[in-house]
Amino acid sequence: CDPVYFTFVCTSFIHLWLCVSAEEERKVKANDRDYVCVPKSHFCCIPMNFIFFSLILVQSNCIMTSKYNMLTFLPVNLFEQFQEVANTYFLFLLILQLIPQISSLSWFTTIVPLALVLSITAVKDATDDYFRHRSDNQVNNHQSQVLIRERWMNVRVGDIIKLENNQSVVADLLLLSSSEPHGLCYIETAELDGETNVKVRQSVSVPAELGDPNNLATFNGEVVCEPPNNKLDRFCGTLYWRDKKYPLTNQNMLLRGCVLRNTEACYGLVIFAGPDTKLMQNSGRTKFKRTSIDRLMNTLVLWIFGFLVCMGVILAVGNAVWEKEVGSLFQSYLPWDPPVDNFLFSAFLSFWSYVIILNTVVPISLYVSVEVIRLGHSYFINWDRQMFCSQCNTAAEARTTTLNEELGQVEYVFSDKTGTLTQNIMSFNKCSINGQAYGKGTSREKNTERSKRLDFTPFNPLANPDFCFYDEKLLESVKVGDWHSHEYFRLLSLCHTVMSEEKSEGELVYKAQSPDEGALVKAARNFGFVFRSRTPGTITTTELGRTVTYSLLAILDFNNIRKRMSVIVRNPAGRIRLYCKGADTVLLERLHPCNQELMTITSDHLNEYAADGLRTLALAYRDVSEEEWEVWSESHRSADKAVDCREDRLAAAYDKIEQDMMLLGATAIEDKLQEGVSETIALLSLANIKVWVLTGDKQETAVNIGYSCKMLTDDMMEVFTISGRTVQRQEGDGVAGDDQLQGSPCPLPPTYLMDNISGEFGLIINGHSLAHALEADMEVEFVSTACACKAVICCRVTPLQKAQVVELIKKHKKAVTLAIGDGANDVSMIKSAHIGVGISGQEGIQAVLASDYSFAQFRFLQRLLLVHGRWSYLRMCRFLCYFFYKNFAFTMVHFWFGFFCGFSAQTVYDQFFITLYNIVYTSLPVLAMGIFDQDVPDHRSLECPKLYEPGQLNLLFNKKEFFICIAQGIYTSVVLFFMPYAVLSNATQSTGVPLADYQTFAATTATALVIVVSVQIALDTGFWTVINHVFVWGSLGLYFTIMLALHSQTLFRIFPKQFHFVGCAQSTLLQPVVWLTIALATAICIVPVLAFRFLKLDLKPQLSDTVRTHLCVSVAITTVIPRYFAVCLSIHDFADFFGALFKGNSPIRSIFLCEILRNSCFFFS
Amino acid sequence: MMASSYNAKDEDGHHSGSVSHGGAGTAKSKKPDNTAFKQQRLPAWQPILTAGTVLPAFFVIGLIFIPIGIGLYVTSNNIKEFEIDYTGVNVDSPCYTCANNFSWNSTTSCSCTVNFTLEQPFENNVYMYYGLSNFYQNHRRYVKSRDDRQLNGDATALKDPSNDCEPYRKIGVETIAPCGAIANSLFNDSLELYYVEPSGALNAVPLAKKGIAWWTDRNVKFRNPAGVDLPTAFKGTAKPVNWRKPVYELDPSDPDNNGFINEDFIVWMRTAALPTFRKLYRIIHKNQSSTSTLPSGRYVLNITYNYPVLSFDGRKRMILSTISWMGGKNPFLGIAYITVGSICFFLGVVLLIIHHKYDTRSNSADIPN
Repeated sequence: CDPVYFTFVCTSFIHLWLCVSAEEERKVKANDRDYVCVPKSHFCCIPMNFIFFSLILVQSNCIMTSKYNMLTFLPVNLFEQFQEVANTYFLFLLILQLIPQISSLSWFTTIVPLALVLSITAVKDATDDYFRHRSDNQVNNHQSQVLIRERWMNVRVGDIIKLENNQSVVADLLLLSSSEPHGLCYIETAELDGETNVKVRQSVSVPAELGDPNNLATFNGEVVCEPPNNKLDRFCGTLYWRDKKYPLTNQNMLLRGCVLRNTEACYGLVIFAGPDTKLMQNSGRTKFKRTSIDRLMNTLVLWIFGFLVCMGVILAVGNAVWEKEVGSLFQSYLPWDPPVDNFLFSAFLSFWSYVIILNTVVPISLYVSVEVIRLGHSYFINWDRQMFCSQCNTAAEARTTTLNEELGQVEYVFSDKTGTLTQNIMSFNKCSINGQAYGKGTSREKNTERSKRLDFTPFNPLANPDFCFYDEKLLESVKVGDWHSHEYFRLLSLCHTVMSEEKSEGELVYKAQSPDEGALVKAARNFGFVFRSRTPGTITTTELGRTVTYSLLAILDFNNIRKRMSVIVRNPAGRIRLYCKGADTVLLERLHPCNQELMTITSDHLNEYAADGLRTLALAYRDVSEEEWEVWSESHRSADKAVDCREDRLAAAYDKIEQDMMLLGATAIEDKLQEGVSETIALLSLANIKVWVLTGDKQETAVNIGYSCKMLTDDMMEVFTISGRTVQRQEGDGVAGDDQLQGSPCPLPPTYLMDNISGEFGLIINGHSLAHALEADMEVEFVSTACACKAVICCRVTPLQKAQVVELIKKHKKAVTLAIGDGANDVSMIKSAHIGVGISGQEGIQAVLASDYSFAQFRFLQRLLLVHGRWSYLRMCRFLCYFFYKNFAFTMVHFWFGFFCGFSAQTVYDQFFITLYNIVYTSLPVLAMGIFDQDVPDHRSLECPKLYEPGQLNLLFNKKEFFICIAQGIYTSVVLFFMPYAVLSNATQSTGVPLADYQTFAATTATALVIVVSVQIALDTGFWTVINHVFVWGSLGLYFTIMLALHSQTLFRIFPKQFHFVGCAQSTLLQPVVWLTIALATAICIVPVLAFRFLKLDLKPQLSDTVRTHLCVSVAITTVIPRYFAVCLSIHDFADFFGALFKGNSPIRSIFLCEILRNSCFFFS
Repeated sequence: MMASSYNAKDEDGHHSGSVSHGGAGTAKSKKPDNTAFKQQRLPAWQPILTAGTVLPAFFVIGLIFIPIGIGLYVTSNNIKEFEIDYTGVNVDSPCYTCANNFSWNSTTSCSCTVNFTLEQPFENNVYMYYGLSNFYQNHRRYVKSRDDRQLNGDATALKDPSNDCEPYRKIGVETIAPCGAIANSLFNDSLELYYVEPSGALNAVPLAKKGIAWWTDRNVKFRNPAGVDLPTAFKGTAKPVNWRKPVYELDPSDPDNNGFINEDFIVWMRTAALPTFRKLYRIIHKNQSSTSTLPSGRYVLNITYNYPVLSFDGRKRMILSTISWMGGKNPFLGIAYITVGSICFFLGVVLLIIHHKYDTRSNSADIPN
């Protein structure tokens, strides 16, 4: 707990009353817990207290993220679990089983698996909830200094709270006063948006006397503000105090989750508490993503359910016929059960009985097993050392555990550029000042052109030694006092929102919100214009060794629409000047006409820089006269105080003064490409994954990056560029663009020919054109054009457009999409794609928080998709195929038996076997296969990206594969029933006792089943680790052990009724005929499968099979050199021996020799 | 030959270069452990279906199955079996009158005699079975209609058997022992076999009635309730509806074969899996003096016809059979083995031809590297 320095006594309790009706605004009164807040329409609310009493909620700061407590856990959790259709279905079965006339199985055959599934889920839920409880408790019991000492959870809206340095903010607070000068306080928002730089917040400017805590106790201001929402960067409200109005903005707010830095103490009024805080409002449930396999699985389960009903109907009809023809005559030995008086009723009951015994075709353990497998795959992703970034000490993380197999099916990758393809480490590289270009070489050219790195230290003691610049001309021009150069760097040192921290004299640390800004301020610092510190009203710099303090009149914020920021400062001499920096597109439009010539030169430079892949900004200034300032500041103030449309009005005010500016120059910042980006993109495109780059950068920059990461190549037949500058022109341009495409040397064929164009095309489209292309009428055309191109780059796109593009492909292509990005602007795209990947890089963790997978470097994407995704898909498909197969093989035996037992729903197996089959005897080997199987090793799938294709085409598990599995399962069940039937019906033991009794038959069929499915899993498993061996052999061993135990005399003596199979295991398993039957059944089941698999492999080998075969030969050569001759010779001998039977000389030998030679060359090289 | 190997990949070389700094200095590296398990590098056996593995497998299966099949077939053919249907469906069959006049209620038993001839002598022990057809001993309601606790001699279950026995649970206030439909429908024909000497005299063949049930059934599963003697032990219980005599009079001559542990009863209680079944009835032990247990010649089967099956179109048979190591006559198993073995061999040959003719191995040489 935090120490409490003094306790404030506040006797008035604060309650916030909320009306249940839709809230339009909220009112909070300081130090008054009884103040009632209601919608505007009921403003005269105080007398109506009692009327509203019952409708009204008390708002405390207590946060409950946990779902259960000790008492409610069982009922609530069970209730939640039974909302799953599958669980309810099994509950329904359980109820059916309790009716004696229907019950064909004892209740425990259903309740044991059901209980197991429910308890596994319950344990998982309970652990999750326990951790939530713990963190809730921890958070809620934090001490906070309200005016009275309180725990966090007891803080109420309207309280005034004291915060100290390095404390977390309890609730959303309105900053009232701060210990720092000018009512400033500094916060870090890492927990909110992941940005680690310190931001500044300012207390409400007017109640200056509130600095004294005693005054605070009597403060009774009233706040009217917007209702709770999740917008982190916006707050709108008004403070009413002593008949005056004060506008409130986000600048005055301390949000829950922030940490106070560099500030001794501050006081805040709680505006939103508990679940109303912006932090909690933001932690809403993310959209639940499902994989295509999931959806397919659900459909299939429905089909199986339909199949089950059909089987039930067929058998019920059979029962009706049997009871009428045979059963009615057989009544002298077997009378109908009392309620049954005719064959139709008997058939009706028999339907339900069969639903019970055939229910194992709808596998209860399927969903649990799938979850377990996915969890395993997620852990493998987390554990992968090759996806670990040692520079930033970050391992890859699978944040969602339910999407793994979809990673093996991705067709489209949408990538952000900055921070994703590039490192997002900015360096000031080139500049253009007053038409003069400075700076040589980007990092790519540097090696060829070795120029001297500038040494700033003799010139400027405050310079940062890490800074590199390669053109001494610029330093010269600063030294000689070139006015434009000075003004240029002055602008860079003043126009920004960077915070500085000066630990000791001259040791400056800048904390910038964006790396670009940091790079610019750092550049100015090295060229002698050192930004030292700021207050809300001033900026202090050291200009060429001279300390200057500017008074800061206004900051005209940056935002995505304005794409520029400005400051208005008054220099010590009293002159007011506006400095503006921003995107060239917006800034060049606002220049004074006299800049025409300079603008042309600078534009050329800008284009040049952009072509080098540099990020550019244009810089301009404007002198503002005193009168003009007065007028403007008045309009600004009124806009600032506006309650509605405040932002629009502010933007209009800003717009008014950012006119007729004088151009100073331009900056060019290099953002280096990440390691391995071009290789990764090349590999992904070889794997038939289309990579689209969606970036907010300029077209030229984007194109350049496209070339440098080898998305665009010179081999491309044509790179189409669609760019319209304004929306109005775009109408025509879009069509013109199309016409142009038609008329280009390789005219783009009409849509229906798109599939078979041969050449490679690239497409570059900018935001304006994209907006047009995304309209309904152009949509289809855009998609087909874009998909025909090998590379697509969208530049100048907004975050919303990024998401729209993703949605477009999802809608029209039915393909699996993956979005990868690192910044807050990628969040929408990450959320709307099937799979979202976040790069944990420089721009905070918002993207990571929204993502399903996160890692530190773009190049890990190849491993995530081609290795982990591919394996996951393969494993999941093999798992599902086998799972359906084994359940059908198991269950359908009952169906065949029905024809021989009067359709009476008699089971073939012992009921313990039915209970344990799915959860003990056959679960582990298939789980091991689902978790550990590999067809080819990881490096092979990276070397051979074509291996990724089956996943994209969804070849390994689809409806066809499902039917094949089902058919195989049914075939197996036929063999498993009719072989014992044919053999045992007349067979006897060697003592003469017939073998055709029910128990022997049951034990024989069950044993044959377990052996057949074990052999089948052995065939399906391609990668036998120790664990697979243990599970497969262990399951078989376990089967026999459990069988012997269940059939033992001991258990029978205790429960004679349940364990009436006593002695069956021994007497059955000792009979040679039984074993001969099992061997026969196994051979009949497996031989056709073996033959089919071999034919498929031999005649139509999949790429993976080929790679695998080669690999094994090569590994045999590389690892077992002494043995390989023997090995290969034996292959030869065999092949040759049989080859000679049919034709003289087989080609096998030569091929093998070639292969061996190739591989040994490979090995020895 | 299994084209397989244990792969042991060397340490990932990609990383060693870039790790050099950072790892040592930082207090806690989050770098995942480099274990074979976590890095999915567990040594593994990777079998592949190649011509070298599959084709030999087919030939081996063929070569193993065919001899076994021949052996089984020969053995089965050496077993002598004789079967005769004595239901009495046809007018000219000896038991026709018994079959049509009989009902459960009649008090007098009906007898009939069936003559038959064994063409070949039966050596060693000969087993005598009765067979029933169209009798659904595997019907769900039938199978569960018993109380194993009662049959195991449990005193409480004797007086208050499980509800599964309904409607054969109680008569009035008395509980039925043994309860349930299975016991109630106990097969109660008695069969006697006479050898007709060449002289014409009837020579009774000695039929052993013990040793026909499972050892566990006889000694573990079925036990008489405790009591001074059987009638007291079963005091207060009623005989099953269809029975002529109470359970403790099943074999008054031998107390070890009476009550619940009567072997005929035990054999009946072991329900059959299929509607046509046979159950062991008696054993004719090999007699030391003569060469064959049942010499060839004429025999007379004397039937006390108590068990009606015609009502549900059932059939009753008497079967005599010798036995070998693999049990009774079972030609199917041998034929099945020969068939499967031949198919495997044939498949092997076909696959080999296909493999040679359409070998696509040459295409595989150009896998991308």
